Amino acid sequence: MISLAGRDILHSWGKFVFTGIGLGLLIGVTLTMAGVYRGMVADGKALLDNSGADLWVVQRETLGPYAESSSIYDDLWRGIRAMPGVAAAANVTYLTMQVRHGQRDVRAMVVGIMAGNPGDPGWPPYLVAGRQITRGHYEAVADIASGFQLGDELKIRRNHYRVVGLTRRMVSSNGDPMVFIPLKDAQEAQFLKDNDAIWMQRRRTAANPAFNRPTVPGLLEAVLASQTVNNHVNAILVRLAPGYTPEEVAAPIRRWKRLTVYDRSQMEEILIGKLIATAAKQIGMFLVILAVVSAAIVAFIIYTLTMDKIREIAVLKLIGTRNRTIAKMIMQQALALGSIGFVVGKIAATFAAPHFPKYVLLMPEDSIAGFFAVMLICVLASLVAIRLALKVDPAEAIGG
Amino acid sequence: MTAKGIHIERLSKRYGEGDTAVLALKNVNMTVAPGEVVGLIGPSGSGKSTLLKCLGAVIDPTAGRMMLGDEVIYDDGWKVRDLRALRRDKIGFVFQAPYLIPFLDVTDNVALLPMLAGVPNERARARALELLTALDVQHRANAMPSQLSGGEQQRVAIARGLVNRPPVILADEPTAPLDSQRALAVIRILNDMARRYQTAIIVVTHDEKIIPTFKRIYHIRDGVTHEEVGEGRGSD
Repeated sequence: MISLAGRDILHSWGKFVFTGIGLGLLIGVTLTMAGVYRGMVADGKALLDNSGADLWVVQRETLGPYAESSSIYDDLWRGIRAMPGVAAAANVTYLTMQVRHGQRDVRAMVVGIMAGNPGDPGWPPYLVAGRQITRGHYEAVADIASGFQLGDELKIRRNHYRVVGLTRRMVSSNGDPMVFIPLKDAQEAQFLKDNDAIWMQRRRTAANPAFNRPTVPGLLEAVLASQTVNNHVNAILVRLAPGYTPEEVAAPIRRWKRLTVYDRSQMEEILIGKLIATAAKQIGMFLVILAVVSAAIVAFIIYTLTMDKIREIAVLKLIGTRNRTIAKMIMQQALALGSIGFVVGKIAATFAAPHFPKYVLLMPEDSIAGFFAVMLICVLASLVAIRLALKVDPAEAIGG
Repeated sequence: MTAKGIHIERLSKRYGEGDTAVLALKNVNMTVAPGEVVGLIGPSGSGKSTLLKCLGAVIDPTAGRMMLGDEVIYDDGWKVRDLRALRRDKIGFVFQAPYLIPFLDVTDNVALLPMLAGVPNERARARALELLTALDVQHRANAMPSQLSGGEQQRVAIARGLVNRPPVILADEPTAPLDSQRALAVIRILNDMARRYQTAIIVVTHDEKIIPTFKRIYHIRDGVTHEEVGEGRGSD
């Protein structure tokens, strides 16, 4: 038996191909949206993987340092480093800001790392060019997604930094490239005020009789000095010694240091379950809308194609064609349209993904799921046209 | 009564119930022998199409008896379980417009019926080509319907009606869209095919120019048929 659907498609291939291309672009957008979500999750996981940490020690009862702000003293790391099961501990600060480069701004996550200890948690695990930070000030390692080159000069707040190394896939959960600078510079950058604000603060402190006591010499100077120094960091990253479980190490830190400690799975839950949950819901809503629009387009096209063939369908039924043969023809056309659309969509998404500003991760399993979803949508969309065709009375082929 | 062809007795068809009931066919009797072409004529609303639909097993008669060849297909109720298969295997249709399937070429338009009946594609196509040759359109075998003239399309439609070798063909105004010359040519072809394949053909028509070509005519008016047989009628 010949394929009626195949012959019809070949006969009116232009209509099918152009409709398929239109549908394909819609499917391409859908696959890309799914890729954006996957990219966000991958960015989040890359952030955790590349930090080199097993535990994140943060301010008590906060979800820091990525989902909420967290502030802890920068000398706590020494005590934690000495605890059993801790192989390495390092202070780290995170600050998302606009980094100035020449005449342009680059949105970046500025990471403050303790200088001189490459390989500690928080450091970029590998470089693609240049070297790690060796000086205590004004050197930077940047992710290549920032567009910075070796030797470029960056401006963070009022200070200038020279790019000495380039790394890859070091991004925030938002996909912003990271720029690593020495910890002291990063701490200063976090709380650095402009000159007028500093002058105003000094005047206000000097006017406060509690700090400016003539009978206590040196008090005012000590208070002013403490106001210009930032001795806080956002988190302490801890790497476990072999043979220790995260909970074995986390429990004493919580108990004795009065801090909150997250292990890898908890931090992943915070990043994916909380930080990007709203974005994921947003993308999910878009996917539902796009699926409904795709279904409506397929249903409309198949319905129109079937309406155009009502007389032929009546003739086919009159000369003895089974209902299931006619239903099969319509469903095969819908599936063919969906297949054309999927192929076009997959190609469009593959070629468009690298040009998106955010990381778009097209997973093979998403494509497979997308293919089956498209097929299901096509089957459902063809039901309206099949119902119409099955209701056609063969007597319509005979006049009168 | 004939042992072959089609034979109907006291066939009635009523539409509606009670006060609104309309008797479209009233005890219609008709016999068409194998190899014979008869005309069925009558004004609009006389019951021609209703009779054709009953004969074509498209609608249910209300009462009566129908035989196709030796087989009783209706006797106050259908005696055949699968009316779709009956239409496919035992009844050929030729319509006012050819209604060829636009996305199939000429050969496959004709071969589709035997394919639907389960005949292998190559055998179905061979059978179609044989008929197309008999109807002198074999040179258009690979053409699409849109590339054919009106007369060629109608000949292909006749080939489709004949391809399963049905004992009866129902032709609904087959010459309506054609000029006199082509209309007469179609009737000549139907007569040839009826003789060659021993098929009973009933031609419903309004077409004055072909009416004289029938050796037998059934007039139908208000659901009642009257047979007219005339010497000098008929045209080969």
